[in-house]
Amino acid sequence: MIVTVKELDRAVVRFSGDSGDGMQLTGTLFSTLSAIFGNEISTFPDYPAEIRAPQGTLSGVSGFQVHIGNKVYTPGDKADVLVAMNPAALKVNVKNIKKDAVILVDADAFDESGLKKALYKTEDPIEELKLGAAQLVAVPISTLVKESLADTGMGNKEILRSKNMFALGLICWLFNKPIEEAMRLLHRKFGKKPGVLQANIKVLTDGFNYGHNIHASVSTYNIRPTDMPKGIYTDVKGNEATAWGLIAAAQQAGLQLFLGSYPITPASEILQELAARKDLGVITVQAEDEIAGICTAIGASFAGNLAATSTSGPGLALKSEGINLAVMAELPLVIIDVQRGGPSTGLPTKTEQSDLLQALYGRNGESPLVVLAASTPSNCFDFAYMASKLALEHMTPVILLTDGFLANGSSAWRLPDLSQFPAINPPFVHKEMQGKWAPYLRNEQGSRYWAIPGTEGFAHRIGGLEKDSRTGAISTDPANHQLMTDLRQQKIDNIAKVIPPLQLSGNSNADLLVVGWGGTYGHLYSAVRQFNEQGRQAALAHFNYINPLPANTEEVLNKFKKIVVCELNSGQFASHLRSKLKLKGEILQYNKVQGQPFTVEELLRHFSTIL
Amino acid sequence: MQTSYTVNDFKSDQYVRWCPGCGDHALLNSIQRAMAEIGVSPDNTAVISGIGCSSRLPYYVNTYGFHTIHGRASAIATGVKVANPRLAVWQITGDGDCLAIGGNHFIHAVRRNVDINIVLVNNGIYGLTKGQYAPTSKRGFISKSSPYGTIEDPFNASNLCLGAGGQFFARILDTDLKNSQEVLKLAAQHKGCSVVEALVNCVIFNDGTHKEVSAKEVREDYTIFLRHGEPMIFGKDRDKGLIVDGFKLKVVKIGENGITENDILVHDAKCPDKTLHFKLGHMRGPELPLALGVIRDTEAPVYDEEVYTQFEEIKPKRNYKSLNEFFMSLETWEIK
Repeated sequence: MIVTVKELDRAVVRFSGDSGDGMQLTGTLFSTLSAIFGNEISTFPDYPAEIRAPQGTLSGVSGFQVHIGNKVYTPGDKADVLVAMNPAALKVNVKNIKKDAVILVDADAFDESGLKKALYKTEDPIEELKLGAAQLVAVPISTLVKESLADTGMGNKEILRSKNMFALGLICWLFNKPIEEAMRLLHRKFGKKPGVLQANIKVLTDGFNYGHNIHASVSTYNIRPTDMPKGIYTDVKGNEATAWGLIAAAQQAGLQLFLGSYPITPASEILQELAARKDLGVITVQAEDEIAGICTAIGASFAGNLAATSTSGPGLALKSEGINLAVMAELPLVIIDVQRGGPSTGLPTKTEQSDLLQALYGRNGESPLVVLAASTPSNCFDFAYMASKLALEHMTPVILLTDGFLANGSSAWRLPDLSQFPAINPPFVHKEMQGKWAPYLRNEQGSRYWAIPGTEGFAHRIGGLEKDSRTGAISTDPANHQLMTDLRQQKIDNIAKVIPPLQLSGNSNADLLVVGWGGTYGHLYSAVRQFNEQGRQAALAHFNYINPLPANTEEVLNKFKKIVVCELNSGQFASHLRSKLKLKGEILQYNKVQGQPFTVEELLRHFSTIL
Repeated sequence: MQTSYTVNDFKSDQYVRWCPGCGDHALLNSIQRAMAEIGVSPDNTAVISGIGCSSRLPYYVNTYGFHTIHGRASAIATGVKVANPRLAVWQITGDGDCLAIGGNHFIHAVRRNVDINIVLVNNGIYGLTKGQYAPTSKRGFISKSSPYGTIEDPFNASNLCLGAGGQFFARILDTDLKNSQEVLKLAAQHKGCSVVEALVNCVIFNDGTHKEVSAKEVREDYTIFLRHGEPMIFGKDRDKGLIVDGFKLKVVKIGENGITENDILVHDAKCPDKTLHFKLGHMRGPELPLALGVIRDTEAPVYDEEVYTQFEEIKPKRNYKSLNEFFMSLETWEIK
């Protein structure tokens, strides 16, 4: 028996099973392990829409995909390795794997009843699914786990809960990852439950050893470590990073952080994470509805906190009136919209970029505000920080757009040196202003000053009614309304001067410019890079600052003969660019509204058709 | 530092724009007087309102003020108080603002027991939109939007508040300045959410709406002003009282049928059991007097205090004190 070890730059592994099979945990542990051994990682969970669909059914399949290696910017298109804990998982994932993928299955689950639940028509799933080219490793995982834990006195049901650790052991064998590190991770996870810990370690070890001993005729992999910048890393999901970015900003500004929010998929983890961070002094109010979520935050902002609210598309719609109050009262406020498939309830667990125009324009009246978009799970931290900074320094609501893909996806994140983050200086009133100050007096940036209730000598009244630009009293004067409308717009436009210019990646002398924004960055970047590697030429302009746009946007875009705006909607950012800029050439669009991220493969195909 | 205040300290320089004869004028006066008596400085007072005639009130008091959006004052006031608990937070809200569009926020602010003083200004009509019926309008009420009379029953603010777990509910009349001031002061001093329903007249669209109880010549016979620890006696001649008869409250005459003052119920606003408070808040003429004054005034954990108490409880248990230390407590690895 010759064991071959394939040296690879990167590989995609997909874990799948029933939603109760623990595949999310297995996937997370494997990605952390890979990162510890020097691989870049990008992960994405694929949850079923139902909380607990009937066991073994197609609708109950839960997946977790991880891409490891170097130059990893996405969770990968199709998997090199699939773990399928039952027939349903195998069937559902046929479309997600490469033709010659290694498929690792729990053979015990492929009995008559398992095949029936997953609606197979024959008794040969491999033939039925046309998986002839795949390398099948069928392991009787359930039987082996039962044997492994037979002497522990644990119940059958409890024993089978460790199946996922057997799978993890097998995957560690397949990828030549020493299991000692996996054991250490399990110690951290189950340290407080010695029985569970011992069982999991036993099964993990048995799985690993089984892999070594079966002499399966598959090659194992060695994924070359990456040359990553020095530092301490952790694996972070977009929603966590968003929550932590807010905490960092509040700390930097010396303000109390307040989150008013209502649970909604896929944004709830932001509320949950910040609620857990009460241990760092964060206030969270789980409000009675989306409207109260933003309104408690507006109250907190009026009272002097860094205030934020988190939601998804339907919630953003409900918050429109509240956002406008913050626009009118010129109060700092961070609104996080973790976009999902719409309209209406739409596809709650799937990703999309279709709230852009809602964020920009979904309010009554002339209502300018700042819109930012994060583009990787880890830079959700940076843009939550920047959203807070811009809100506080310019006295404006800021909408930060992330999406389901970023929110639940993870990437390795070098822990930030918080002292290197820019200072945050809100325009507080100061004592010398007393007597000369009025609520809508502005500084050179066009922002009004912030007088926090409790500050002696600055009692004042603000509200949603139009106010006189000089006195702050209610005003219906036509000229004053025009002036205030212009001043509110000018204040937002001025922000273009303080945000970084648009930068290109790829080949900046190319004819083709690929334009994207927000969560599609990884796929667009990978596609443009591979396109150039193939000897074709393209550049990428990826936007994080949506409104205002970076000051040099028009200049940069006009250097290119062809521009294709790629986004997960029907062309909202393309419309935004057309309406804001004088562009010489035509703007082409590449749009996808399927609740799924782009694949690098389809992007490459499309770029080829343009040139 | 100034520690005592006069009503003038709470008057703003803005011209009061309510209709002449509107009950809000008198209410504003009572609120300003109560604020002065409580002794919290204007700079440490925040008045939050929604939308409607009465919601213009923040412009007329010389404190921090926020005239917000329709129905949301309870939620915004909650945010203000939680974020900055040193402030005395007042919420001025109309019957439509509070009980129709803002009903959800109202019941949840009451349920959470946030330490805000809600003044629910009830004139039984939508005044600012020029005369549509309100959720407090009586069944059959004719208005611009109910030309043939409404076919729905009104909310009783007291029952709604107590049903939502309210710990403080009181009712006042716009025309009764002295008692209003006393009740508003008690409401402000109450720890937790207080609700004061102010019955006010809308001189333009619903004139005389409360006249069967508020007119000077009938007030004493058709209302009862409740004070904690005092017998429930009312009437021009102070000869009528309330007793419990089976499951009902009943008006009796002192001196008739052997009834003496000792038979009359003594008001216990602090009784945890709210059964009697429900009945008192629900009383209506002609059989029973309308209850004014503080109906319920009980203590319960206060939301905004609990927020900070929880911080202190958590602190000793955590393994990190800063965001940096928190990051280091995560599953990390080092690239050297």
